[in-house]
Amino acid sequence: MNKLLKLSAASLLVFTGFSVNADTLSDVKSQGSLSCGVSTGTPGFSNPDSSGNWSGMDVDVCRAIAAATLGDARKVKYVPLSAKERFIALQSGEIDVLSRNTTWTHTRDTSLGLNFAGVNYYDGQGFMVKKSLGVNSVKGLDGASFCIQAGTTTELNLADYFRSNNMKFKAVTYDTSAQTKGGFEAGRCDALTSDVSQLAGLRSTLKDPSSAVVLGDVISKEPLGPVVRQGDDNWFNIVKWSLNAMIEAEELGITSRTIDRTSTSPGVQRLQGKTGKLNEHLGLNKDWARNIIAQVGNYGESFERNIGMSTPIALPRGVNQLWIKGGILYSPAFR
Amino acid sequence: MFIKLKSLLYNNEVRAIAFQVLAVVFIAYFVYQAFDNMMLNIEQSGIRSGFGFLNDEAGFAVNDNFFLTYSPTSTNLQAFYVGIVNTLIVAITGIFFASVIGLVIGIARLSSNYLIRKMATVYIEIFRNIPILLQILFWYSTALSVLPSTRNSMNFLDSVFLNSRGLFLPKFIIGTEFYLVLASFIIGIVAYVFIKKRSTKKHDDTGIATNTIPHFLGLVVLLPIVAYFVFGAQLEYPALKGFNFQGGTDLSIEFFSLAFALSVYTATYIAEAIRSGIDSVDKGQKEAAAALGLRQGQAMRLVVLPQALRVAIPPIINQYLNLTKNSSLATAVGYSELVTIFSGTVLNVVGQAIEIIALTMLVYLTISLFISLVLNIFNKKMEIKGK
Repeated sequence: MNKLLKLSAASLLVFTGFSVNADTLSDVKSQGSLSCGVSTGTPGFSNPDSSGNWSGMDVDVCRAIAAATLGDARKVKYVPLSAKERFIALQSGEIDVLSRNTTWTHTRDTSLGLNFAGVNYYDGQGFMVKKSLGVNSVKGLDGASFCIQAGTTTELNLADYFRSNNMKFKAVTYDTSAQTKGGFEAGRCDALTSDVSQLAGLRSTLKDPSSAVVLGDVISKEPLGPVVRQGDDNWFNIVKWSLNAMIEAEELGITSRTIDRTSTSPGVQRLQGKTGKLNEHLGLNKDWARNIIAQVGNYGESFERNIGMSTPIALPRGVNQLWIKGGILYSPAFR
Repeated sequence: MFIKLKSLLYNNEVRAIAFQVLAVVFIAYFVYQAFDNMMLNIEQSGIRSGFGFLNDEAGFAVNDNFFLTYSPTSTNLQAFYVGIVNTLIVAITGIFFASVIGLVIGIARLSSNYLIRKMATVYIEIFRNIPILLQILFWYSTALSVLPSTRNSMNFLDSVFLNSRGLFLPKFIIGTEFYLVLASFIIGIVAYVFIKKRSTKKHDDTGIATNTIPHFLGLVVLLPIVAYFVFGAQLEYPALKGFNFQGGTDLSIEFFSLAFALSVYTATYIAEAIRSGIDSVDKGQKEAAAALGLRQGQAMRLVVLPQALRVAIPPIINQYLNLTKNSSLATAVGYSELVTIFSGTVLNVVGQAIEIIALTMLVYLTISLFISLVLNIFNKKMEIKGK
């Protein structure tokens, strides 16, 4: 709450004083670091380890932008934000980019003065229930209580879904993801609802993971991606193409290990910065995309490292697979 | 004429007023410019502004709702009202119980009985020195782990149920019968107040005391019960259906934890205020009361406390205000009061931080000013007359 008040006051000051500086790139360069808004802890997406090093899918987007703009993926200042604080922090200029499992919705895109720069994970809302209830579908949850995190699209989807199916429900709304899990564990509610990607992570941190099951039903689409302020189109382009570079690299089959190998493919050469002028209109150095791939890796590497089958979260690629492999990930053309 | 003006210029009073007017104009201009600039900047950065969002559909569900009609199809304005009502209800409940506990502990703190005195001191020292947020979380997790699950609810006469989700009570079905029972209850109270006044007057005039407890039981307790059976008012009982209790009305465990923690915490400060009030009453007052033949309890109630409250009320007002403001910590346990609903969920859906935080602050300001006003009026009444 205090942080929320502080951010509101900051945005009030910013709005009453000068307008937010519209040249984010030169701000980032002069500060020497990228200020990136992340979650307060979502395993696999943005999570600090015991020594304060952040890792995850969303963190990799921050690192990619830092690699593209500053040439060093480590030059990121992570700002942990709750769901309620995130947009205010971005609007007021407290952060340069928001990369915090944020659902791209029409209202957010059009009325908050923000732009969504792409999608780094296609998610959907799912449910986790106590195994002892013997429920195997959302349709069996009529009249149940749900633990939800406040300030998320989850709250709205739940109400929509139960209304359209003529079912009753009770919602207990908590401030953070940890409290929501605590309420579910203590038996305050029958089910916990959140994005499917988070359910797997939450379940793995339960005291007894085998006591809960994640249902197969998905009731909404949640395209998650990085967000920037409106009014700085160049910065918007940089964030958008940093993410695209990771997807394009996977499609071209180049990884952090193979990026510097000599290649005859014109597509690879453009990404390596050896030919073409992809950097010029972004105002970046020639090796911007090369730095992303060398320091962060391509999209597939980032996925496997953070949430892939070898991690405790063990999420399948699903729709987050390249379009040429049956998924919906598709980068516009690099030329 | 000129000399007159010149003398005005050197008049201290005129100069003081002129400077004050200048200062006010300057501040007003500054605020206006800042506001104007803010609106311009918001517009330029493409953020929606104004209060139009209040009429949009809210779209989310609320757990605690006392007597307003609310569903996900209601507007944000209705959600705002639900938030205000929930804040007020938890604040009023907290203030009531904090006052009762505070009064008892405050008096116990000065008891001549060693054990009672020390227990009161221990209570105060423990609960006053632990941050309120921790206490709320502690009572919440305690309640969740101690109370039984829905299926093993504590059952009182098949009509009241208590479990780790809350207290489930029967509800009156609103209709003619309900209003008749309500009317008999009100008549009972009015009649009792009348009888009590007469007995007080008789006592003042003649010194003969009448016991009005039987009247109280008959008029305020028995009469509505009789009316309930005579008119046959209908109650809707909660019943376990599927996952939860359906029907009747319920108070969530979040509400209980919050109200309990706020009462227990604030009571420590109120107890100290009461104690300092009692300490401030001259010892001679107590002795004089004893000399008049008043028993210890009577002396406390009729002589000491009325004078002690005079000293205790101003600090107690502060504690009431603190309790109301602390109720915004509800967001940690998920009780849906103003901050949780409005500057939580609505803020996130709508995204207009400045308008929403401003409205929320306005509500707290209004509530606080209202509490101060009421208690200041009460304080005026309690002041020594004729001084």
